[in-house]
Amino acid sequence: MSNASRSERNRLEFLESGVIHALLIAAVLFALYPLLWVVSIALSPGGISTSHGALPLPTHPSLWNFHALLGKGSSARAWLFGRQLANSIIVAVATAVTAIGVAIPAAYALARFDFVGAKTGMRTLLATQMFPAVASAVPLYLLLDALHLLDSRAGLVLVYASTAVPFAIFQLRGAFLAIPVDIEEAAMVDGATRTEAFWRVVLPAARPAIAVTALYAFMSAYNEFILAATLLSRESAFTLPVVLQRYVGEHGAAWGIFAAGAIVVSLPVMALFYYAQRHLVSGLTAGGVKG
Amino acid sequence: MTLPHEQLSTSVSVASASSEVSAPATAPKRKLRCSVRGAKKSFGQNPILRGVDLDIEEGAFAVLVGPSGCGKSTLLRLVAGLEELDEGTIHLGERDVTHAPPRDRDVAMVFQSYALYPHLSVRENLAFGLKLRKTSDKDIDERVREASKMLSLGELLDRMPKQLSGGQKQRVAMGRAIVRRPQIFLFDEPLSNLDAALRAEVRVEIRRNHDQLRATTLYVTHDQVEAMTLADTLWVMNGGVVEQKGTPLDVYERPRSEFVAGFLGSPQMNFFDAKLEKEGDRWLAIGEGARIAIGEERFGAALTEGRTVRAGVRPHDLVRAEEGQPIAGNLHVEIIEALGFEAIAHGWLTASGPRVIARLDADEARKAKSGDSIPLAVTPGSAHLFDPKTGLALDAK
Ligand SMILES: Nc1ncnc2c1ncn2[C@@H]1O[C@H](COP(=O)(O)OP(=O)(O)OP(=O)(O)O)[C@@H](O)[C@H]1O
Ligand SMILES: [Mg+2]
Repeated sequence: MSNASRSERNRLEFLESGVIHALLIAAVLFALYPLLWVVSIALSPGGISTSHGALPLPTHPSLWNFHALLGKGSSARAWLFGRQLANSIIVAVATAVTAIGVAIPAAYALARFDFVGAKTGMRTLLATQMFPAVASAVPLYLLLDALHLLDSRAGLVLVYASTAVPFAIFQLRGAFLAIPVDIEEAAMVDGATRTEAFWRVVLPAARPAIAVTALYAFMSAYNEFILAATLLSRESAFTLPVVLQRYVGEHGAAWGIFAAGAIVVSLPVMALFYYAQRHLVSGLTAGGVKG
Repeated sequence: MTLPHEQLSTSVSVASASSEVSAPATAPKRKLRCSVRGAKKSFGQNPILRGVDLDIEEGAFAVLVGPSGCGKSTLLRLVAGLEELDEGTIHLGERDVTHAPPRDRDVAMVFQSYALYPHLSVRENLAFGLKLRKTSDKDIDERVREASKMLSLGELLDRMPKQLSGGQKQRVAMGRAIVRRPQIFLFDEPLSNLDAALRAEVRVEIRRNHDQLRATTLYVTHDQVEAMTLADTLWVMNGGVVEQKGTPLDVYERPRSEFVAGFLGSPQMNFFDAKLEKEGDRWLAIGEGARIAIGEERFGAALTEGRTVRAGVRPHDLVRAEEGQPIAGNLHVEIIEALGFEAIAHGWLTASGPRVIARLDADEARKAKSGDSIPLAVTPGSAHLFDPKTGLALDAK
């Protein structure tokens, strides 16, 4: 190959990578733009004002909105907010733990054993996924009322788990099906009981799928608004989506505080994603068996 | 059905002393490491094993061959404890393990898929079984080092399975078995996912490891070459039963049935529907364009004039007739496959007869071409005869 054509090719490669980077930067800006706005509004004491231009820059930057969100110095209000934040996190974690805890054995059984009702069970689970949660809001209200679980974290977890569990079973069944039986058998020949083979081989191999599923269950519970708004009426039982909605409710919209709240709500999620990253390395199972 | 083991092993050693498999009379009698008696197994309504007996002496390399679906893997998995017998018994060493779970059998298995633990490094894969058995760290280290030296796994020890090539995974799978120092090694087609060159290489390595470790081995394959080259004893299975066992050469030279004759050997043996006739003092099998000379001493009283038989001749025993040699038939050549040192000619003797495969040497192959007619001769004493109804060989015992 001649030198000329080689440098020609290098130039093309350079151009190509330049274009790719430009596109990526544009995409990132596109995704970040609304977020930057939220930050900007949160830092502007008056919330949205007409003096804002197209650029997301706060007018008179201050932390006033955060101050207001946390009760303007009233420790009772601050406590309440803390409690509501705790509600959100506890409910979401409990939902994720319940979903994973129930789904792991169920999904494993559905993936590995052929038993009476396995097919019907799967179909029923699928059917439960077809109805939007709102459709069952009223019956759920009556049900929780009868169980004296209205306005409680346990009641909310129960409701969220009823959709998170079937979804998790589906996800994890797929994950278990993708793990070859051979490696379980290898473990058993190597000296493991069936239970040990499950804990030491199957579960670790399914870890990325389990992490994703747990994260999904956490997020859907953490963000859920409609059912929470229906089933909770005591302020101290609120989860954050319900709290935030009140700032932009009937009595005029306090967008600044809302934006500050949105940022506070996002922090635990960002921390969680950051932590979960290393569990999400996909394709851990790929390569254990031939190929 | 369940015999006490002592009684069982004596009855077996008597049997093997009289069989053609047994070691030279001077060799000390070896203990049995694995013996399967009357194994039956069905999946649903499908009988897969219909009563299999299998014995492996201590330190021996036993190879199970047979066509796809004949139950080889099932038998291996029964020995491993991954399937449960419907009927029969399995002994490993002195122990009746018929109902023991895999972990209590002290066996190690190399899977066709290798089945490495995807979340563990090579080193941890090797150590997994030892850790479960609470082996001390020092012993684990030593055994892992030993096995990795034997299989040249040294620089792979800290890699994850997905970072290995097929051949490397295969070696790790063998290493995982070797560190265990089990009573018996079980292999289920361990080479079938490797390319031809690597397969040949690893085959030799497996035999070398075996000669070094002298570990009792049961090896399943449907590859002829592996079967012939690796086995001390070859077990040919068909339709859920053992059709024949013996040393590879024995089974190759004296197949007990038309099935075994056709299954072992590549290219496949030629078969002709023929009638036995006596011309002067020579016996011939005549039919489908072939006149095949039969060795009298091999078949003895089975030779009766006019008897219908299946006559079998291996392609390597069907060669161009020299001047003055009796002609067994004229091959109408259809295709010649040149292999370099020799060639394989495909064609037929009569248009209505079966396809026939013969061997040509390299020189002849250069001259011959499709459409030629080549006079063929049968290597004296090489013809096999089978009963057309039972499929059994007519060899005098
Ligand atoms: N778990 C099972 N359930 C039902 N049928 C099975 C099961 N395992 C094996 N079989 C059937 O048993 C028969 C023998 O299977 P096996 O795996 O032992 O054959 P094989 O001799 O190893 O064949 P191959 O050379 O193709 O591996 C096959 O017909 C197979 O379909
Ligand atoms: Mg098989």
